[in-house]
Amino acid sequence: MSLYRDQAVVLRTHKLGEADRIITLLARERGLVRAVAKGVRKTSSRWGARLEPFMHVDLQLAEGRSLDTITQAVTLSAFAKDLGADYPSYTAGSAMLETAERLVDGDGEPAVQQYQLLVGALNALAMRRHSPGLILDSYQLRALSVAGYAPTFAACALCGLEGPHRNFHVPSGGTLCDRCRVPGSSTPAAATVELLGALLAGDWPVADTSDDRSRRDASGLVSAYLSWHLERGLRSLAHVDR
Amino acid sequence: MYDGVIQDLIDELGSLPGVGPKSAQRIAFHLLDADPEDVRRFAAVLVQVKEKVHFCSICGNVTEDTECRICADARRDPTVLCVVEESKDILAIERTREFRGRYHVLGGAISPIAGIGPDQLRIRELLQRLGDGTVTEVIIATDPNLEGEATATYLLRMLAPLGVRVSKLASGLPVGGDLEYADEVTLGRAFEGRLSVGGAPAEPRP
Repeated sequence: MSLYRDQAVVLRTHKLGEADRIITLLARERGLVRAVAKGVRKTSSRWGARLEPFMHVDLQLAEGRSLDTITQAVTLSAFAKDLGADYPSYTAGSAMLETAERLVDGDGEPAVQQYQLLVGALNALAMRRHSPGLILDSYQLRALSVAGYAPTFAACALCGLEGPHRNFHVPSGGTLCDRCRVPGSSTPAAATVELLGALLAGDWPVADTSDDRSRRDASGLVSAYLSWHLERGLRSLAHVDR
Repeated sequence: MYDGVIQDLIDELGSLPGVGPKSAQRIAFHLLDADPEDVRRFAAVLVQVKEKVHFCSICGNVTEDTECRICADARRDPTVLCVVEESKDILAIERTREFRGRYHVLGGAISPIAGIGPDQLRIRELLQRLGDGTVTEVIIATDPNLEGEATATYLLRMLAPLGVRVSKLASGLPVGGDLEYADEVTLGRAFEGRLSVGGAPAEPRP
């Protein structure tokens, strides 16, 4: 039985047997990991709240045949404490965890960028730096970019003509110029396209001053873009309290 | 693989939670050896539990009647309502013999990642129950985990405009444990909810 150390964010938990849980983790060096936490549901459990979703932990795991076993856990940041106490942040954070679970592979490869992005986003959410809905949309756009599905908002996604353009087409990968426009494109307002670009680039002064309508339209486009690339929508998106 | 009905029985038993293929086989052969009368009684109970048991029309607890034993008991205090996630939680609280009010079962906790939002729980029924003004205090007793906390936060937001007193079960260090093994969240909670046990009266917390 070989032991290894890794830092991870807890994405999801499933009950296993009488008092155990299977913990799905986004680990820095190993990507998506599923590991067993023994006795975690007992009130006298030494794990306590360390293996709840949103917790950012330093772990020691023992490799197993199908599932690894968690042998030690130390809290790095207790995001669960702040997010559980604020309903909009909790629902936005849940959608982030589901996004990460769907975008990262469980093939044991490092997922440093996705891991850092998720930790950063959860930190921003826990510190209430911006509106939870904006943090979620920005995280999803950037997580898609890291996974290789970066959308284009500043130029035409097909011919590269500098923008901004008003046509948005999900299967083409972003905005299109009038010459490349394909049937089925939507025409979001200029402010919405500007917000999407700001969210992708992390230009928070622009994003924070956007109006409600642009935010609503932008989040609709982000979730359409995400659903297209993930092939089916996220369950948690319907419950996000914006 | 066994033939016919014995394999069917093993397959059915194996689909139960916590029963693996080996256990299913052991139970199946135990039933085969058991007294026919015992097995018949066991089968009858299985059928009856699906036919007779349903949810209480008031609180959502499991019962054989329209109203559960607790809702029908006139001696229970109608002004205090304890909100729990599952019927199993009622049993746990009843065992303490500390609570003499009534219950409301939500049927789970809010978990967006599992596709469960406020609309899938019995929150609307809870608000309807509070409508007539009989209840003056609501005790939120959801599980002390992330989903339970988020559900409590949501309930608090819904209950605040109604003017009822809302309290939440204390959480902190488990009895029989060691302080040094407590995690940061649990220990932090224990500090937040600390009790004054004497001396000078406590300053109001900021």
